[in-house]
Amino acid sequence: MSNKIHRSILKNGMQVMLKEIPTSPIISSWVWYRVGSKDEPTGKTGISHWTEHMQFKGTKKFPASVLDKSISREGGTWNAFTYLDWTTYFETMPAGKIDLALRLESDRMVRSLFDEKEVASERTVIISEREGHENEPLFRLGEAVQQSAFRVHPYHHQVIGDKADLLTISRADLYRHYRSYYLPNNAVMAVAGDFDTKTMLKRIRDLFEKIPAGSPPARIQRNEPESTGEIRLSVEGPGETNYLQVAYRFPHAQHEDFFALAVLDSLLAGPSNLNMFGGGISNKTSRIYRALVDGEYAVSASGGAAVTVDPYLYTFTLTIHPKRKPQETLEALDEEIRKVQEHMVSSEEITRAIKQARAIFAYGSENITNQAFWMGFAEMFATYDWFTGYLKRLSRITPADVQRVAREYFQPRRRVVGTYLVNGAGG
Amino acid sequence: MTRKHSPLSKKSLPGPEDIQRAELGNGIVVLSRSNFNSPSVSLNGYLPAGAIFESDEKLGLADFVASCLMRGTRSRTFDEIYNELESVGASLGFDSGVHNTTFVGRSLVEDLPLLLNLLSDTLRNPIFPPNEVEKLRAQLLTGLAIRAQDTSDMAALIFDQLLFAGHPYGRPGDGYVETIKAIRREDLEDFVRQNFGPRGMVLSVVGAIEPRKAVDLVDQVVGDWQVKDQAHVPSLPTLREIEKTVMKHHPIEGKLQADLVIGMVGPRRKDPEYMAASLGNSILGQFGLMGRIGDAVRERSGLAYYAYSSLSSGIGPGTWEVTAGVNPRNVRKAISLVEKELRRFRKNGVTREELADSQANFIGRLPLSLESNGGVAGALINIERYDLGLDYYHRYEGLVQEVSREDVLETARKYIDPDRLVIATAGP
Repeated sequence: MSNKIHRSILKNGMQVMLKEIPTSPIISSWVWYRVGSKDEPTGKTGISHWTEHMQFKGTKKFPASVLDKSISREGGTWNAFTYLDWTTYFETMPAGKIDLALRLESDRMVRSLFDEKEVASERTVIISEREGHENEPLFRLGEAVQQSAFRVHPYHHQVIGDKADLLTISRADLYRHYRSYYLPNNAVMAVAGDFDTKTMLKRIRDLFEKIPAGSPPARIQRNEPESTGEIRLSVEGPGETNYLQVAYRFPHAQHEDFFALAVLDSLLAGPSNLNMFGGGISNKTSRIYRALVDGEYAVSASGGAAVTVDPYLYTFTLTIHPKRKPQETLEALDEEIRKVQEHMVSSEEITRAIKQARAIFAYGSENITNQAFWMGFAEMFATYDWFTGYLKRLSRITPADVQRVAREYFQPRRRVVGTYLVNGAGG
Repeated sequence: MTRKHSPLSKKSLPGPEDIQRAELGNGIVVLSRSNFNSPSVSLNGYLPAGAIFESDEKLGLADFVASCLMRGTRSRTFDEIYNELESVGASLGFDSGVHNTTFVGRSLVEDLPLLLNLLSDTLRNPIFPPNEVEKLRAQLLTGLAIRAQDTSDMAALIFDQLLFAGHPYGRPGDGYVETIKAIRREDLEDFVRQNFGPRGMVLSVVGAIEPRKAVDLVDQVVGDWQVKDQAHVPSLPTLREIEKTVMKHHPIEGKLQADLVIGMVGPRRKDPEYMAASLGNSILGQFGLMGRIGDAVRERSGLAYYAYSSLSSGIGPGTWEVTAGVNPRNVRKAISLVEKELRRFRKNGVTREELADSQANFIGRLPLSLESNGGVAGALINIERYDLGLDYYHRYEGLVQEVSREDVLETARKYIDPDRLVIATAGP
C-alpha cells in the first residue's frame, strides 16, 4: 500500500487531502470538522452530536425527503460520527457518482435548515438514543468513570449529552453551534479512491472555495489539573453481573510517550485497533487475559486508549467473574501492572507488538473507506504523518521505554476505579 | 471528474474467470480469488455440524463446541494456539448456527500456512481439556446472565420462540442456563466425533495469493481428512403456522428503553421470490434512513433512535421482522405504526419510484460489499451454499432489474399478514 497523497489548502482555509487508489471503482469522501463534545459548555452538552443529526434534515437544495434517498439511490453508503474532538461525515460511492456527495457536503456546510419541527422530533429521537445507552451497565459505569476523571476539562461529559440539556437545547442554540464551527477554515476534506487528482481538486475548489471563511471558533480552555489521588466509585443497577473499569490519565496522541504506551497496551491488553473499518484481533495471549481471564478473576478483559487532542484516558474494562469480589479482580490487575513496572519486558514482545500493528494496518487497507478515514482522522489529533510513521515509531521503542512509561502513567493516584454492582450486592 | 466506469464493471466483480473452485478428494469444496491490493488474506467456511443435532436438554452444545475447539488440541494448548495466532496479528474464530459450525480467519499472506494449520488442528484434534471446559462454562453462563438483561437480545429470543415453536429455529443457539449446566465434557467430544468431517465442508480463501496456490495449501492441510461415520444432517420439521397475531412481553426491571420485534416467516434463500422480498424489505425498512418504517417511527414521530426491518434468509424458512427500541410508554404506539405500515405494504405494494430507488441501491452498493477480502470470502461461501453459480455477481444486476412491482406485491401478500404477526417485547 502506498501512502502518497496530495494536500492543498483552499483560499478559505479548508484543508484538502486526496489519495488516488485505482484498485476498485469506488470513492470515499470525508469532511471532518474540528468540533466535538469538548467544545460544549455546561448546559449545552450533546449539542455537537445533535447538530450532526440535524445535518441529515436537509437544505433547501437537498430537502430531508430527498437527502436520505439520493445517496442510497446511487448505491452509496454514508454516515456521520461525533466524538470528543471532532465530527465527521462520509459518503462512499461508486466512483462515477461521487459528485453528488461533494455537492451535498458543500451545501450542508452552510445551508442546512435546522427546521423547528425537525428539531423537536430529533429531540425525542436523541433522548431515545440516550435511554438505549442507559440500558447498558457499561454505559452507566463508563459515564460515571469519565465524569470523575475530568472535573474541569470538558471531556467530562458523554458525547450524547445529559438529559437535562437534551430537554432544553433550542433551535437557536443548535443553529448558532452549527454556524460557529461548520466553517471551511475549521474543516478537513479527505477523499480516497478511483479518481484523477487534478480533476478532483478542481471540482472541490469549484464547490467549496466560494464558502466564506469565518472567525476561528471559540475553544474552551480548561485544562484538567494534576490528579491528587485515586478516585473510587460505584454505580448500582439491575442484572446479575458486576463490572470493573479502571481508567488512567493518559497523554494525548502527539505526546512523545504515546508510542511506548501503545506497545505497552499491546502487551497488557492486546493491540488496540484504531481502524474504523477493518476490525482487530483477539487478545487471549495478552498479559491481562492470561492473568485475569485464565486466572478466573474476570470472564472478559480489555483495555485501550482513545487518540485525542488533549490528555484523555486509558481504560481497562473487566467483567468480574461470578466467584470473585471486585477487590480481588482489581488486585489481580494491579499485580500485572506491577510486573511491567518492576521487570523489563523482552525485545521479542516489542517485535511481536509491531507485527500485530502491521497486520492490523494491512487489514485496514483492504478497503478504500478506511484509507480515506485515516487521512482526516489523523489530522484531527496530529497530522497524516502520525499514521504513516506509526510502525517506524513503534520500532524505535525499547524495553526501557516501556518500563518507564508503565511506571509513570500507571500509578494509582492517576486513576479512577469504578465498579458496576448489581442492585443490593453492596461493596 | 472521475475516470470512466460503468456502474458494475464486471472486471472488479468475482466471476467464473477469476474464482477458482476445487473439490478435494475427501469432498471439501475450496473456493479462492486473489486480491493483491493489501498483503493480507481472509478465510471463511463451514461444516454441516450445527445446533440441529442438539437435544432440547443440551441446547447450546454446538455453540459450546465451537467456543471450545481452540482451547486445546492433541499437540497444542489453548495458550499455544492463540500465541501462534496473535504473535503474527492473525485471527481465527468458530461459531455455530442451526445448520453449520462456521469459521472466519485472517492473517498477513505470509502467515496463511500457519492459519490453515491451526484451522485443521482445531477442527480435527480438539481435546476439550476439563479445566478449559469449566472455565468456558463459567464464561458462557455469564454471557447468558448478560443476555437476560439485554432488551434487544431478549425480544429477539422471545420472537424466535413464538415464530418457530417446536422447530429448531425457535431455540436459542447459546442455550439456557440449565442446558449449559447439563452439558458434559463427553457431550462435546461426542458431538465432534459424530458430526465433524470433510463431507459438506466448504472453505474460501481470498487475498494476496494466487487461487491455485491457495487451493494447494488447503489440500495439503485438510486433503487427507477422512471420517468414516460422519452423521447426515437431519431434515427440518414442518413449521407450524401462526393462526392469529400472538404477542408476548418479557419483563426486565430497571431498564429505560424497551425493544420490540414484530414479524413473520420470510422466504428461504433459494426461493424464487427471494430477490423480490429483499427489494421489498429495503423499501419497507432499510432504504435511505431505514425506509418506510424509519420514516414513520423515527422521522415523523420521533419515537425511536432505531426502527428498521430486516430479512434473514437461509437454508430453511427465513424471518422478516421489524425491530425498534422505544421508550416503554411508546411501545403500543410504535406497534400500531408498524402494523399500519405492514397493512399498507400488503395492500398497495410499492411505487415505481421506490422500486427503482432500491434496485439502483442494490446494484450500486455491490462493489462496496465486495471490497474487503472478508466480504469476498463470505460471498464465495454464499455462492456455494445456495447454489448461486460462479457467475452470480455477473448476473446480479439483471436479477435485481427483473423484479417488478407485481413481484414485490405478490411476495408481500404471500408472507405479510398483519392479522397473523408475532410481536415480542422486552423491557420494564
